Amino acid sequence: MTTTVENPRVVPARPASWFFSRSARQYSHALTFLLIAPLMLLLAGGFIYPIGRLVSLSLMAPGFTLEHYERIVTEPLYMEVLFRTLQTGAIVTVTSLLLGFPVSFLMAHAKGRMAMLVSAAVLVPLWTSVLVRSYAWIVLLQRNGIVNGLLIESGLIGSPLKLIYTEGAVILAMTHVLMPFMILPVYNVLRTIPAEYTQAARNLGAGPISAFWRVTLPLSLPGIFAGCVMCFILAIGFYITPALVGGPGALMMATLIGQQTTVLLDWPFAAALATVLLTTTLIFVLVFRKALSVSKGMNSVN
Amino acid sequence: MSIEPAVTASFAPSPVNSTHRPYGKAALRLLGGFLIGEILFFLVLPTLLVIPISLNDSSYIEFPPKGLTLRWYIDFLSDPDWRAATIFSLQIALATTVASTVIGTLAAIGLVRGNLPGKTLLRALSLGPMIVPHVVFGVALYLVFSPLSLTGNFAGFLIAHTVLAVPYVIITVSAALERFDTSLELAALNCGASRSRAFISVVLPNIAPAVAAASVFAFLASFDEATVAFFISDTGGKTISRKMFEDIDFNLTPVIAAVSTLLVAVSLLLMGTIHLLTGRGED
Repeated sequence: MTTTVENPRVVPARPASWFFSRSARQYSHALTFLLIAPLMLLLAGGFIYPIGRLVSLSLMAPGFTLEHYERIVTEPLYMEVLFRTLQTGAIVTVTSLLLGFPVSFLMAHAKGRMAMLVSAAVLVPLWTSVLVRSYAWIVLLQRNGIVNGLLIESGLIGSPLKLIYTEGAVILAMTHVLMPFMILPVYNVLRTIPAEYTQAARNLGAGPISAFWRVTLPLSLPGIFAGCVMCFILAIGFYITPALVGGPGALMMATLIGQQTTVLLDWPFAAALATVLLTTTLIFVLVFRKALSVSKGMNSVN
Repeated sequence: MSIEPAVTASFAPSPVNSTHRPYGKAALRLLGGFLIGEILFFLVLPTLLVIPISLNDSSYIEFPPKGLTLRWYIDFLSDPDWRAATIFSLQIALATTVASTVIGTLAAIGLVRGNLPGKTLLRALSLGPMIVPHVVFGVALYLVFSPLSLTGNFAGFLIAHTVLAVPYVIITVSAALERFDTSLELAALNCGASRSRAFISVVLPNIAPAVAAASVFAFLASFDEATVAFFISDTGGKTISRKMFEDIDFNLTPVIAAVSTLLVAVSLLLMGTIHLLTGRGED
């Protein structure tokens, strides 16, 4: 009886010191601090300081000013870009949900080789560099690309369509990149719903559609919500894909920031735009942080 | 491609009560299977497409390829620019792997087993690099790195990519530490092991698969990273991602398809390794 491992009187074989706390389950503050110090140093110098510098630059001209923000608000072009970014984010999120939900459903219910096949189809694009995927979309959609070639050969169209460098191409390519971020959280929730719930609904007389609509769907809402928040915040910060497959007419916040820094070299204004994008993202994360905790693990996509 | 028929054939969520209208149902199921097959095809198409294009024996993009060649791979290997970018990327990715695995693992241990005040804040902060849009981080780094001539520089990339990779390590290792039963460690202490001895012989072997998986994530987070690399590269030093971006933007040659195929192969190989290491996939 007295020799259970968890008995606190048995545990401290050695006296507690400043470095090793009395409880072996929980480390002392000194040891913890030492363990975390390299991370704090890295984040302070390599993350917080650069972003702090960026934000402070947006408020300088060279003295304190809000003129860069005034410019964003007063010039219709920039508000238009901000609006388009949020709109594109919303469209991509909804499209990812509509296309992704059936895949999550199949992933949660399939067995054996089928399950492996579906998971592979979801994970392979997730592990493919966004550059590879952007390249593939250009090859498919360009003027003399594969899609136009197939359409002309089949006689559906006479001359090539303009498919690439359009808003449609951006939405298509971004949906492709973000779909796994919708599918995985929804799948994680769907597979925890016991099959008996649907069976019970069916036994009580519900049709398959009604059982899905009134049992499965409501229970999967946390996953849907998490996936939507994740897709949206990743979508509004996207750079590579819109820069490569989007046209000059379809600027998004990220591509506008890129243009201001690499072409126009207007750093304070770019910093103000970046601060607006950062603030928008952080607001969404803070408001929906509960939803996000459902889906752990994001991948580098943007 | 070959996935479609398989999907259509076996999409069958077990029916509970299949006496009503069997024909309508079968048709519906077939239609549903077909639609999902299309979606899965859409998901894998861009990844698989680069393989035939990289083997196509013509500077024009033809599909299906008319003749096969390894010319684009040879072009890739013999081009000094591509070679330099590949070596630079590999060096950065390997150094990032070591730095972020060490820093992230230590921090995960501290965050899970310690109880510092402000722990929640620190945990949230450590995930910050995942949340902040990469374009914002890239521009911010350029701003700070440029006067220090850290752009296009190994040390600059190492800092940038370690910041980006460390959250993956913290998440993966923390999860393993939370699953670890601390009674095992207490048992070792009871048997006379010192604190450090118990850690090395009991805790470490238990979290080792997760640390290994985390290091693979870190490698890929650096090797495939494109946005920050776009901003902090310069003519003196660019990663394979930045080189690809430039080539896609300016001269669309099949060499890009060859590089893409190699990148996909590296990613799939490494992620396959994670499956073997941890026995589970997606996170």
